[in-house]
Amino acid sequence: MNQLENFNKGFFKENPVFVLLLGMCPMLGVTSSAINGLGMGLATTFVLIMSNIVVSLIKNFIPDKVRIPSFIVIIASFVTIVDLVMAGYLPALHEQLGLFIPLIVVNCLVLGRAEAFASKKDFLSSFVDGAGMGLGFSMALTILGGMREILGSGAIFDYKFVSEDASTFLLFVMPPGAFIALAYLIAFINRLNKTEK
Amino acid sequence: MDYILIIIGAIFVNNIVLSQFLGICPFLGVSNKVSTSVGMTGAVTFVMVLATIVTYLIQTFVLNVFELQYLQTITFILVIASLVQLVEIVLKKVSPPLYQALGIFLPLITTNCAVLGVAILTIKNDFNLIEGVVFAISHAVGFGLALITFAGLREHLDLIDLPEGMKGTPASILVAGLLSLAFMGFAGIV
Repeated sequence: MNQLENFNKGFFKENPVFVLLLGMCPMLGVTSSAINGLGMGLATTFVLIMSNIVVSLIKNFIPDKVRIPSFIVIIASFVTIVDLVMAGYLPALHEQLGLFIPLIVVNCLVLGRAEAFASKKDFLSSFVDGAGMGLGFSMALTILGGMREILGSGAIFDYKFVSEDASTFLLFVMPPGAFIALAYLIAFINRLNKTEK
Repeated sequence: MDYILIIIGAIFVNNIVLSQFLGICPFLGVSNKVSTSVGMTGAVTFVMVLATIVTYLIQTFVLNVFELQYLQTITFILVIASLVQLVEIVLKKVSPPLYQALGIFLPLITTNCAVLGVAILTIKNDFNLIEGVVFAISHAVGFGLALITFAGLREHLDLIDLPEGMKGTPASILVAGLLSLAFMGFAGIV
C-alpha cells in the first residue's frame, strides 16, 4: 500500500476516536483544555509509534501463544519511559494528566494496532500506521479539548479571549460536558460522512 | 467513619465512570442490555478486588522493599493480565455456571482501565490493605450502578425518533452526559 494512503487511513478515514471509537477513556478524561488534549495525544503517539516499530521488528521471534503478553510488556516499557520523562521535564502537564499516563498501557488503540497491524506488516508500514493513528488521535483530543476550553473557560491554548468576569459555560470543563461535547462532535462527523457519500 | 467516607466518595461523588472516566469502553460496549451489564459488573467486581489485593501486596513487599517503584506500571499490568487468565481457568474448573455467566467478559477486563486505575489509586492514596479493599469494592459498586442505570436508559433509546446523525453512538454518549450531570448532584456530600 502507498505510504501516504496508509498515513491518511489513520488520520482521517479510520480515525481511532471518531470512527473506530477506541481510546475513549483519555478522550473524555483529559480534554478539559486543548493543551492537555494535545499533550496526552502526543504521549500516546510516541508509545504507539515505538511499540509498532518494536513489534514489527521482533514479530518473527515471538511465539504465537504469548503474543499478547509480550506486546503488553513492550507497550508498558514505553509508557514507563514517557511517564518518567514527562515527570522530569513537564511536571505541570504530568500533574494534570495524572493517572491517565500509566493508563496508556490499557488504551485499546495501542494494543489493537500492535495486534492488528504491526504484528503482520513490515517496519516502515508499521511506523507510518503508528504515526497516522497517533496523530489522528492527537487531533481528535485537541479538537475536543479546544471545544471544551472555548465553551467552558472562554480561552484557547490558555489564551483568554473573553474578559475576566465574563460568565462561560462552566459545565463544559466539568465531567458531564465531556460527554455532551463528544456526542455532538461525533454526530457532526457522522453528518459530514453522510453528505460525502 | 473513614470507611463511610471512602464508600460514599467512591460510589457517588467520584463515580469511577461518570466523573473519573475510567472503564468507558465496557460502559459503552456492553450496556446494550441490562442482563449483560449485570454479568459484566460481577466480573469487574471480582477481578478489581483481587487485583487490588495482589498489586497492593506486591507494591508493599517487593517494589517498595527493593526500591523498584518505577516498574509499577509494567508489574501491575502483568499481574492483572495473569490474574484474569488464572480466574478464567479456576472458574472453568470449579464453577461452570459462574464461568458461563462471566466467561465472555473476563478477557475484556484485562484492557479495562478501571481495574488498573483502582490498583494505582489505592497506592497513590496511601491506603492500607483493608481500606484498599473497601475502596475497590465501592468503586466496583459505583461502576455497576452507572453501568446498569445506563443500560436501562439505553434500552429505551431504540424506540425514540432521533435525527439521522444522532442515532447510535452520539445519542448514547449524550445520555451518559445527562447521567453524569445527575451524579454531579452528589458533589459536596463528602
